[in-house]
Amino acid sequence: MSSTVGAAPPRRAATPARHRPEPRRSSYRLGRWDLKYSPYLYVAPFFVLFGIFGLFPLLYTVYVSLFDYELLSGTREFAGLENYRVLLADAQFWNAAYNTVGIFVLSTVPQLIVALLLANLLNRQMRGRTLLRMGIVVPNITSVAAVGIIFALIFADRYGLVNWLLGTVGIDPVAWRDNRYASWLAIAFMVDWRWTGYNALIYLGAMQAIPRDLYESASLDGASAWRQFWQITVPLIRPTILFTVIISTIGGFQIFTEPLMYGHGMVRGGAEHEFQTLAMYIYEQTFTGNAEYGYGAAMSWLLFLMIIIFALINFALVRRSVKGEQK
Amino acid sequence: MTTTQALPRSVTPPPRARRGRTPGARLWEASPLTYLALILGCVLSVFPIVWSFIIASRDNSAVYDMPPTPGGMLFENIDRMLANEDAAFLYGLVNSAVVSTIVTVSVIFFSSLAGFALAKLRFRGRNGLLLVIVLTMMVPTQLGIIPLYLMMVELEWTGTLQAVIVPFLVQGFGVFMMRQYALAAVSDELIEAARLDGCSTWRIYWNVVLPALRPAAAVLGLLTFMQTWNEFLWPFVVLTPDTPTVQYSLKILSSGLYQTDYTALFAGTALATLPLLVVFLVFGRQIIGGIMEGAVKS
Repeated sequence: MSSTVGAAPPRRAATPARHRPEPRRSSYRLGRWDLKYSPYLYVAPFFVLFGIFGLFPLLYTVYVSLFDYELLSGTREFAGLENYRVLLADAQFWNAAYNTVGIFVLSTVPQLIVALLLANLLNRQMRGRTLLRMGIVVPNITSVAAVGIIFALIFADRYGLVNWLLGTVGIDPVAWRDNRYASWLAIAFMVDWRWTGYNALIYLGAMQAIPRDLYESASLDGASAWRQFWQITVPLIRPTILFTVIISTIGGFQIFTEPLMYGHGMVRGGAEHEFQTLAMYIYEQTFTGNAEYGYGAAMSWLLFLMIIIFALINFALVRRSVKGEQK
Repeated sequence: MTTTQALPRSVTPPPRARRGRTPGARLWEASPLTYLALILGCVLSVFPIVWSFIIASRDNSAVYDMPPTPGGMLFENIDRMLANEDAAFLYGLVNSAVVSTIVTVSVIFFSSLAGFALAKLRFRGRNGLLLVIVLTMMVPTQLGIIPLYLMMVELEWTGTLQAVIVPFLVQGFGVFMMRQYALAAVSDELIEAARLDGCSTWRIYWNVVLPALRPAAAVLGLLTFMQTWNEFLWPFVVLTPDTPTVQYSLKILSSGLYQTDYTALFAGTALATLPLLVVFLVFGRQIIGGIMEGAVKS
């Protein structure tokens, strides 16, 4: 390898034309074939595998959703839009959608704001930089089912750590599962715990690319650190903020494991479905009981549409509000 | 397997851009308050993990005792947890290691191969294919889970490990990441020179490009390994309690033991988290660098 490196410059200097000189080796034909087709060969595994196990199932979901399709009873009849019609009148679907959106908002908004502030704190000279960064991101490294189990105990109704803490300041214990909004809060807290540090590091990466002289001239103009943060840092990392908003929307709407483990592994998500998310309801309809694939597929497809719509809304909202700061 | 183990060792630490080149501005020095806030953040981050390890070491009668001090029952609890045949925890641990390793090696291989082609080889349709790959990163694959499950039923793969391996052998994010890295890390001159020396495209990939991509491959490998280890929904759907991954074992443990044996359950969460923590302690710097890089490039 080192010899090829050494050989390169003089040879290129000797042939200034961009055209490649004739290959000297005997395998001329093989070489042409190689040049022409190997790029396709190299990208092919990705497209073949993704096509089979990624794209095809996604599209096939639409097809399945048009059928009355149950595994156990063996039913498989074309039903048109019947599944969608039933779904839109299904109170448990709307309940799950309500829970999903609620948990999403409660978790994502504080998460990204705190992550921004944390990144700003991390973005300076300090001792123990690596250690502090590792400490902030370690929740993301934990096993996700384990996190659910741990927080289920932290937010236990009786003897739970949080209720104990509330008790020491004289607040009555909260019913962390039977009260819908309390359960959302607990699950959102779990998600925030896991992802805030991760997003902070993403923001930190973007902040470090901002030229420092921008801040220096702003300081000379007398802008406070707080103003510099909102008027220089935040607008300049806007693409990254938009990126995290999109990623969080895609991930947040599919939330499954945390609420499942929070409810002791029960897919119904609380006695009255207080914290059953859409992914949990899809699972309940599809992989338990009657195994109604058509119904589950219709719901998956609606969830997909919701993700697209909310991603676009969030994108527009953030783009607007962040742009406003730029003036 | 051996190749991935060899990879991270050669990773260079991320460049320390600003050390030494200190601008006088005191704005950039951390104040005591900054330290305080960050340390508080670290404590909040670490506490639940430490606390779960503490419970794993206690006797069941002392689970709720308030000053959280460790007990001396850790190994008894682990033994009792491993003896739970429904959860088959040890088997789950081994399965997760096998699945995560195979998926990681495969993702590194196919991603670097495709990333190299998209960054450095000229061919018709290249930009279009790249766009498709970026779009695949935006698709929530969980939504195809029902047809995917039906496929597994057809293939008679349900309850087998290939059901949780084969669909994840490639990853759009990995291809994109490798492509971005190859653009910067591999010079056209180097490839041209290797060509003139009579190297086939494959030899160029194997001997020139792959070594140059090592740092990015290590980061991609670490992230992929952790992600696969943590995969929950799909194994839960397609596997059976007879062949669990570690997350599935935890789920079974938690449903079975919840009202009775907390300490054994927490011994399980501790053991499921431990391998990831070890990886993190050893490769923390690279992982952090990888997460931060991701932002700069997107």
